[in-house]
Amino acid sequence: MHRTMAIIEREMRRFSKSPMLIVMSMVFPLLQLIVLGYAFGGNVKHLSLAIVDQDRGVPAVRLRELAGAVSAGAHTVDLVPYADAGTALTDLRNGRVNGVLTIPPDFSRRMHSKNAPRVALISDNTDTFVSATLSATVNSIVGGLNADRVEQRLASAPTLDVVEVYPYVPYIQYLLPGSITMSIFMMVMIGGGIIFIDDKARGLHEGYLVTPITKLELVAGFNISGTIKALLAGVFITIIGSIIAGVPSPLDPMRTLRMVLVITVTAFALVSLMFFLMARMSDPLLPRAMFGVLNTVLYFPSGAVYPQQGFPPWMQWIAAVDPFTYSVHAFKSLLLKNTGFGAIAYDIGFLVVFSAVTMTAATALFKRTL
Amino acid sequence: MSATIEVKSIVKKFGDFTAVDGVSFTVEAGEVFGLLGPNGAGKSTLIRMLVTLLPPTAGSAAINGFDVVKRSDDVRRSIGVIPQAMTSDLELTVEENLLIFAKLYGVPRARRTRLMAELLEAVELTQWADKPVKNLSGGMRRRVEIARGLVHEPKVFFLDEPTTGLDPVSRTGAWAMLQKIKAERDLTVLLTTHYMDEADKLCDRIAIVDHGKLVALDTPAGLKASIPSEHPERVTLDEVFVHYAGRDLRDALQAPAAADSPFVLRR
Repeated sequence: MHRTMAIIEREMRRFSKSPMLIVMSMVFPLLQLIVLGYAFGGNVKHLSLAIVDQDRGVPAVRLRELAGAVSAGAHTVDLVPYADAGTALTDLRNGRVNGVLTIPPDFSRRMHSKNAPRVALISDNTDTFVSATLSATVNSIVGGLNADRVEQRLASAPTLDVVEVYPYVPYIQYLLPGSITMSIFMMVMIGGGIIFIDDKARGLHEGYLVTPITKLELVAGFNISGTIKALLAGVFITIIGSIIAGVPSPLDPMRTLRMVLVITVTAFALVSLMFFLMARMSDPLLPRAMFGVLNTVLYFPSGAVYPQQGFPPWMQWIAAVDPFTYSVHAFKSLLLKNTGFGAIAYDIGFLVVFSAVTMTAATALFKRTL
Repeated sequence: MSATIEVKSIVKKFGDFTAVDGVSFTVEAGEVFGLLGPNGAGKSTLIRMLVTLLPPTAGSAAINGFDVVKRSDDVRRSIGVIPQAMTSDLELTVEENLLIFAKLYGVPRARRTRLMAELLEAVELTQWADKPVKNLSGGMRRRVEIARGLVHEPKVFFLDEPTTGLDPVSRTGAWAMLQKIKAERDLTVLLTTHYMDEADKLCDRIAIVDHGKLVALDTPAGLKASIPSEHPERVTLDEVFVHYAGRDLRDALQAPAAADSPFVLRR
């Protein structure tokens, strides 16, 4: 045990003398949280919508008034009147407008005779977010035209009441669990994997292999010290990230305790995975190359930025064995819903089993000789 | 009584390449024994087998009566090693380097404090004890490693090319340090070197190793007397070496060292 403690002490002393490492491992995930959170989290506004009114009857004017109300209120669209449909379509293709709402010449007549009146929205579908927003906005405008002017006392058609169990979650809060997991992973890779292989390449490990330390003591020492470093990174970004993202009661004691538990098992799982991958590695290029690949393969399938239900089957298989998935799920449960242990028990169980399997394999692979 | 170091027909092969080819020798207690040979002769491979870093392909070796394969933990407890590469932790201070190794060897706290102070004084680094190793010169770093290798009071001390890369002043200082430490402690020393003057100055006996084989073994004076010369008193070990190993250049390909990678942080 004392030899394991000596390795841990050595690693922590080195870590405390590397301020740049500490800063880089914690700053990048925070930066990613802020930039991605605000880049993806906003409502699309001020889309340019051309209106070509070829009818000019009363229903067409009413439709234009409803569009004007949306433009003046929610600012989702900015209206641009066009006299000529051809010119509007040309401007759509050239990117000067995002969509063209065309009211055909027989619109009012068909409205009065209740004979399938139609309007057309021609949108630039190369940007799915923009075209989806335009489509939804124009649908609501047309829906407004269809609504009864006098509300019926008793509704004859079924309606849907949507009840939201939790307060509104901005996208930056949704991203926070993934950012915490990312910061743990970065500390594991930079402060653990890359430095481990660099030390091996410089021959530093020879100095330790000639001592009486056993394989298990060495692996345990590196794993535990890596976990401590990653735990510090995880706690830091949890606190700072929660404040930035506006998580209510960021320092709630019971939630903090559960968060520390999940951070610890996540850190140990990722350290064990790193050690398993590096056990037989000698080339310092490999962990650097691997870092980028792992970053992508582990982070995006985890559900950190997009629901896993939207993934193709092969990516769902990756997600099923990805430790990030369970870590992100546990952090989401604690941060966004403030659940108890019951909701995260399976996640913790998976991470513990994952750690045991990878650490056992890493110890078996680790060479006690050169 | 068995010798402190016993090597019997030890062999090391890497695939088809034989790095050490049936070498045998013994080293008595208190002796300073040198393995002398050019780069690629097999010296480092041989010493790595003795310090349990590499398993032999064939043959056997015993240190203090412990077989290097079957009782490797006992071997490690009883030896101190200075590897060829600088292996001290650059971010840690001189004192921290010694402290970590003392804890790795399980040196009790009270003895640890006394030993560290004595060793820092012996290698003349007491005033630099709180300085990071990365701020020390090459010669000073080597002295840190000498102190670190002795912090658990081993009986056998292995040094793999201890002065390679050092300037002449640092080399002379390192020799003086080793001789002083050897005089103060009950140590058996085995060192490898390709510097003839180093072997001549430090060693009681020298084994010349070339192409993985032991080609000569005797005291420096005995080796010099063994070659025919008009002026035997002026014979140098360089001439002894050329006599036994020949003049051919030892060109050979080798696997690129991981330390040569452009991605290794240089300090």
